[in-house]
Amino acid sequence: MTNTIQIAHGGGGRLSSQLIDEEIVSRFGDGPLKSLPDAALLPNPSNKIVFSTDSFVVQPLIFPGGDIGNLAVHGTVNDISVAGGKPLWLSLGLILEEGLPIETLQVVLDTIKKTAEECNIKIVTGDTKVVGKGQCDGMYINTAGIGEALENFNLDKNKIIPGDTLLVSGTIGDHGMAVLAAREGVKIENGPESDTASVYKLVEIAHEFGEDVRFMRDPTRGGLAAVLNEIASKTKIGFKLESNSIPLSPGTDSISEIFGIDPLNVACEGRMLLICNCNTADKILKKWKQTPEGREAAVIGNATSTAERVELLTVTGGSRLIDVPQGELLPRIC
Amino acid sequence: MKYIDDYKNPEAASYIRKQIKLLAEELTKQNKTANIMEVCGSHTMAIGRFAIRELLPENVKLISGPGCPVCVTDSGYVDAAIQLAERNDVVIATFGDMINVPGSNTTLAKCRSGGAHIEVCHSPTNTMELSKKYPDKQIVFLAIGFETTTAPVLGLLSIIEKQNIKNISLLTAFKLVPPALEALTSDPELNIDAFLCPAHVSVIIGSNAYKPFVKKHKIPCVIASFEPVEIMFGLMEILKQLVNSTPEVKNQYKRFVNPAGSPKALELISKYLEIYDASWRGIGYIPNSGVKLKKEYSKFDAAERFNFELKPGKPNPACRCGDVLKGKLLPSACPLFAKACNPLNPIGPCMVSSEGSCAAYYKYSRTKH
Repeated sequence: MTNTIQIAHGGGGRLSSQLIDEEIVSRFGDGPLKSLPDAALLPNPSNKIVFSTDSFVVQPLIFPGGDIGNLAVHGTVNDISVAGGKPLWLSLGLILEEGLPIETLQVVLDTIKKTAEECNIKIVTGDTKVVGKGQCDGMYINTAGIGEALENFNLDKNKIIPGDTLLVSGTIGDHGMAVLAAREGVKIENGPESDTASVYKLVEIAHEFGEDVRFMRDPTRGGLAAVLNEIASKTKIGFKLESNSIPLSPGTDSISEIFGIDPLNVACEGRMLLICNCNTADKILKKWKQTPEGREAAVIGNATSTAERVELLTVTGGSRLIDVPQGELLPRIC
Repeated sequence: MKYIDDYKNPEAASYIRKQIKLLAEELTKQNKTANIMEVCGSHTMAIGRFAIRELLPENVKLISGPGCPVCVTDSGYVDAAIQLAERNDVVIATFGDMINVPGSNTTLAKCRSGGAHIEVCHSPTNTMELSKKYPDKQIVFLAIGFETTTAPVLGLLSIIEKQNIKNISLLTAFKLVPPALEALTSDPELNIDAFLCPAHVSVIIGSNAYKPFVKKHKIPCVIASFEPVEIMFGLMEILKQLVNSTPEVKNQYKRFVNPAGSPKALELISKYLEIYDASWRGIGYIPNSGVKLKKEYSKFDAAERFNFELKPGKPNPACRCGDVLKGKLLPSACPLFAKACNPLNPIGPCMVSSEGSCAAYYKYSRTKH
């Protein structure tokens, strides 16, 4: 096989089938994908279904802590999970740029296979297109996923009341900062690594307390600040966070200082924010902390009655607004 | 020592906060005011980010000064940059904040979407890469800023000169901090009791640069870094000096600021530049407050190369940025603030720049309207 992607790899001819056989079916062909049907025929889940899609255009394709393949699986798995769903099936759409080294494609597909297995989600349908040189940046991926709704979750941001507790499942801003540092060529010891991971296990734990959980979200683009401001703008609730309680990895802390970027505005790809009844928070936190993905989980603040204001108690003891940037702070991080 | 944590230590902050409170009470007893101007835009942002203004006793007032280079650049300069950007043979190289600053009629960002070639740089030396990438074009670097930015731009100029690079020129609007302090102190409408002096500017000019000013006006000048605990420590020192009536220059950023400043930077400044009376947006002409290229280096001056003269612009008359820059008006007291003027649609430069006072107030403490 040639060692870079050619236009003919997407042309539907011999080179196309060779690519699909060698790279796709060899990895994902043990289920419905085996005979490459146009659509996957799937059993009907007993509960409501949760359906989500996401596209991935991150640059660079490979970054500290992961690559575009991790994001493509985790992104959709997490969107389904925080909507209160158990992820079951995934579609995989690849758009490849002419000239992309096959080796890079292989690295990413290996990651997708491994990640999907870890997340217990099956890739059941897919598509591959090739575009000319300069018409995309290496590769873009789209995934869509179907999950089954978990019963007894009572998720609704309008049910958040003053005094409710905010939990995050780990250090924030690591993904965005890792990509930024990689892109800007910043090489420091113990630099930030992407947190890309599935949050489904954390959601499963929270499910035990489903009735008391009001809201879950994976704070991707725009970070925690965007999620909280969005809730504050659509409800009669505000939030107060305490800067000392917000978990930050040393690498992310350093890079965000160097670039003057507030980690509260920076994307995570493997963390979740959970808002629940204040009496339940400690129970969820305790269980989360016993898992590898929730080891650094923390209570970071609470809901307040000061509508539309998201505030931060800073290290000096003063309190300020947590704002959202006007534009996109860091383009193409996922 | 872990630099990143220790200057954000909550216990230290809490201790200093108590000291500030005690000193403020003492000032009240002595019937003295504490109107402290933080000159530098980065201080304004850090004060907002760490909510320092909010925790000060009522009689200690922080006034945001004119220390944001983008904010004080005359709208006529922006007009000139726009005129150059519209030429087919020119690539404009600029720091990001400049592209949204309104000139008399439009912004560089709008020109760019209309097809003008404008490149955003993180460092003046990015201009070198542009010069190689576009050998048939003239690269014009928008050289604005205080002493901190002036020095690295002159570093670039020395490379251009040494390598005899013909397609880079500078459109300069360099400003100096000490003459601005002089002008602000002499303004009868202002009542400034002390200055929190800039960190990075002081690295270049040195702590001695403030001595003549303090000797003349008997006003405390304290240099502090941009870290929260050190800003508070700087304010504490200012209050001490006010209580004891012992105004002096105090350098609390000794790990980077020397009494004599940076010899290399100062050498470049005196080699290439000469002092003139510069126009500050919203403030007007301040004697000896700018530096421009000396006659013998005017071939690197974009105004000379493209044969035009910088004229004063016509900023929006409703904009009160001038009063904000002088510390006469709190950003939130401007009738346009957070209404007609906001970061998405800035009317004045103080709302555009990431160091602008209005942007800082909007971002960190805007009240609901």
